[in-house]
Amino acid sequence: MGSGDGSSVAAHGPDRWSDEAIEATVGRLLQAGVMVAAALVLVGGLRYLAHHGAAPPSGRLFTGEPVELREIAGILRGAGTSGGRGLIMCGLLVLIATPVMRVAASLVAFLHQRDWTYTAMTAFVLALLLASMLGWIG
Amino acid sequence: MTPLSLTTTQFTLVVGFGSLLAGLLGALTGLGGGVVIVPMLTLLFGIDFRYAVGASLVSVIATSSGAAAAYVREGFTNIRIGMFLEVATTIGAVLGAALAGLIPTSVLAVVLGAVLLYSALLAARSRQEHVVATRDPLAVRLRLDGSYPSLTGEREYHVQHVRLGFGLMLGAGTLSGLLGIGSGALKVLAMDQAMCLPFKVSTTTSNFMIGVTAAASAGIYLARGYVDPGIAMPVVLGVLVGSTLGTRVLARTASAPLRALFAVVIGLLAVEMIINGIRGRV
Repeated sequence: MGSGDGSSVAAHGPDRWSDEAIEATVGRLLQAGVMVAAALVLVGGLRYLAHHGAAPPSGRLFTGEPVELREIAGILRGAGTSGGRGLIMCGLLVLIATPVMRVAASLVAFLHQRDWTYTAMTAFVLALLLASMLGWIG
Repeated sequence: MTPLSLTTTQFTLVVGFGSLLAGLLGALTGLGGGVVIVPMLTLLFGIDFRYAVGASLVSVIATSSGAAAAYVREGFTNIRIGMFLEVATTIGAVLGAALAGLIPTSVLAVVLGAVLLYSALLAARSRQEHVVATRDPLAVRLRLDGSYPSLTGEREYHVQHVRLGFGLMLGAGTLSGLLGIGSGALKVLAMDQAMCLPFKVSTTTSNFMIGVTAAASAGIYLARGYVDPGIAMPVVLGVLVGSTLGTRVLARTASAPLRALFAVVIGLLAVEMIINGIRGRV
């Protein structure tokens, strides 16, 4: 359905590497990822409000986040600190990682289908996403 | 702008509620809530444009990923079209995020205002479906053509103007990276008008791409220190609750009066955004 290669599915029967099977799995994975991210942001947010709730809000003036909230290793190190900001950032990292996971799953599916054109396209997109997440570009 | 004097808790609640409304209206009209998040944060709450864009980007990812599973089940998403166009949108997104650091925020505000005006126009009008029987050789080579379930059984469609669609998506990706929006309006233009996809396919495939596109620029924003946890927290949670309410609970498209209301709200924000940009107040 919807993917344009119904013929191969018909020829080989239901296939767990078909576009549809992969998509269904990835869809559930994405939802789980969003749920985990939302939970982390919520718990971090409650901690943050418990510490800073009575103070005036930040963000009117741009100062840029401190270095430890700009890179993956720093965010993971600061996740447990009491202020809650680190935990929120952890949740946001999980959120940013969910579409990356989806693209990685598509790459596996296209590899199994031996569809080299789409394998190349997907690998390119995945490389861009990883380079952006790891702070190699920009 | 008169900055409201709120405590952080009050600010969080008000921004969270505003984001919930944005997510709800975005889901009901199919335009996505992201388009009103940046104007809301900057115009209403006096938040710095860069922080607003950072928060908006992560909220866009949340709605896209959250809605993905429901859409995939229904069998409308064409992942080949999605993957092919994502090559364009992610290149654009990285380009846009890189440019965002070089362009003054007042200019960005005017560009956002223009995109908002176009989105308002789109929200007010009803979409036109162009389903064409001819085939684009490039679409055949890339196996982009597909079919989708309808009341009368599987319906086939043939993708038109593949190159033009790819080019428009490059632009949509750049705007997404530049302004922290999902660029739903431009994606609709590319997929409905240029590529002649059926609505159900273009809407769900566009949603599929929005998360990946936003993720490509979110990493760059994060590394630049544009993502503030205190601002992103209420925005992400609010938009997520609002859009879930919109897609799951109500599960229908908006009536004409609601679309008109959303169009007017977006239009007013657009004018305000442009005026503030020109006066250098953003």
